[in-house]
Formats: sequence, C-alpha cells, structure tokens
Amino acid sequence: MNDSQLLRYSRQILLPQIDVSGQQQLLNSKVLIIGVGGLGSPVSMYLATSGIGHLVLVDFDQVDLSNLQRQILYDTTQIGQEKIVAAKHKLQLLNPEIQITAINQQFDKKFADDLFNQVDVVVDCSDNFATRFALNATCVRLGVPLISGAALRWEGQVSVFLLNQANSPCYNCLYNDCEQETETCNEVGILAPLVGIIGSIQALEVIKVLLNMGQSLAGKLLRFDAYNNKWHQASLKQDPTCPVCNNTKSV
Amino acid sequence: MTITVKFFASLREQVGKTETQIEFSDSLTVNKIWQQVTANKVLPKHILVAVNQEYASQDTTVKEGDEVAFFPPVTGG
Repeated sequence: MNDSQLLRYSRQILLPQIDVSGQQQLLNSKVLIIGVGGLGSPVSMYLATSGIGHLVLVDFDQVDLSNLQRQILYDTTQIGQEKIVAAKHKLQLLNPEIQITAINQQFDKKFADDLFNQVDVVVDCSDNFATRFALNATCVRLGVPLISGAALRWEGQVSVFLLNQANSPCYNCLYNDCEQETETCNEVGILAPLVGIIGSIQALEVIKVLLNMGQSLAGKLLRFDAYNNKWHQASLKQDPTCPVCNNTKSV
Repeated sequence: MTITVKFFASLREQVGKTETQIEFSDSLTVNKIWQQVTANKVLPKHILVAVNQEYASQDTTVKEGDEVAFFPPVTGG
C-alpha cells in the first residue's frame, strides 16, 4: 500500500482485527455482485469505499425515475443509462484505485462459470426467486460463498451460505425451490432505508467472510421487520433431502 | 399441551394475528398448526417456519411449550 491508500483506509486499518494485513487482503479480493438495484447500491458502494480490490457487477437494466427513491448509486442525470455504466462511473468516483468490471447481462443458468471460479465471494442482490435459485445452484456447484439479502415492503432478510465448506446449508434448503413467484418491489412497494440496512449488513458480512473473522451469519437467517421494529434470528441446517447441495456433494 | 404461534412482518396483517397460543391433545405438525390458526388455509410452500428459533419443515412435529414462528417470503432487491 502507498501513503494515499494508508490514509484512505486509515480508519479501518486502525481496527486491530483489520490492520494493514487485513486491508491488504481486502485489496487482493474479488467480489461478484449480482444486481445493482436497491441492495446492490449500498453493497457496491460500501465494498468500493472499503477497498475491495476488484468488484464485478452484473445487471441488465436501465436507470428509471422510480429507481431513484432507493437505488442510491444513481442520480437524476442518469435516467435511461445502463445501470452497469452509471454504477461503474459512480463507484470509480468513490474509489478510483479499485478495479471494476461491469457486465451488462441478466444472470441465468446459462451464465458462464469462469467468473465464479475467479471470485472470493458472491453477493445476491437480485429481486426474484428464479435468479436466486439459479445463482445458488451455481455457487453450490462451484463452492463459492454466497451472501444473500432480500427486502420488500417493510421486511428484509440476510443469510450467509459458506458453500466452500462441507455441510453448509444453501438457499435451496431454505425455500425448497418453490416455483411460485412472489411479489416484487414494483407491485407491493419498498421503503428506501430498509434496502440500505439490509445491503449494509450484506456488505459487512462480505468483509467478515473475506477476512474469515468474527461471528458471521453462516448457518443463520436474520430477519428484520422494520414496521414493528423486530429482529429475529434463527439457525438453519442443511436439508438432508435438498436436491441442490446434497446431490452435488454426493457426486 | 400449549404452544405459542407467532407471525412475522406482513403475515400479521394477512393472518390478522401477531401471536396466539393454541391448546391440543394429539401431536401436531407445523402444517396442522397453520391450518388450525388460519381456519384451514393451505400453508404456502414459500412461507418459512421456525420452531424454537430453528428453521423447520412443514412436517416437523411440535411439543409442549414450543414456539412456532411463521415468516413471509421476501425476494425483492
């Protein structure tokens, strides 16, 4: 690290658990973020400013006026732009020293595996079950840790799946691949600060998983009911009948 | 036997309850508990259930003093 980097990251280098070596580890890390909307905004902004050396962003959407209430990566001058382009621009202003790869593509089952083999952690900031199940299946198959967050209305949830470790539950253990689609933010609404809270917890968990420190949300699901100000955390075990993680491991 | 049933977030409005206690004599599964408190509605697959702060399946059997919590699905982002 040069003097400018030591100063830029000084407030977290001060933390004894991080120190210069932890910061160097973050600078050497590569994180894949699927979706740069409400959750992807705080996730990518905090990971960029924290000095995660290489961020890979995947999204296929354009900035819409209705996004600006909560997708704080974007501003009014960027309406109509590809989100990936606008996001990269903003993140490089926040931290010009990190590398950002922007992929303008929808994540689905056909998405190339190569990318997953090159990253340390994947962050799920998508907005629908189909993407979440496809992303989980890829992370299980390739053994990449997955930090999953979701928010809708006044409620949100975060979990960490350490899919690089044996006997880790996966997203499919939680929802058992229910085909039913549920509501989206476009239909039932979402409160802006809620995605900030949930996305910030995801970013925090990414740092802890990258540095392998502290108590992560691995094997747990944290739920937040913002309207009633209730937090709830319950433990989650691998489903012995899960067709995604158990089949893969037995092959 | 008595168990406590809790509903989280938007399920409170959907079910019209925050917390309730039910009494029963036979062994009950999570699925049956849901039916008992919602006047025989089918428990949707994507609703998560925790028994004593541990995620459980719809077939999990509960016992005296257990706390059963139901959570709505959240997929937005």
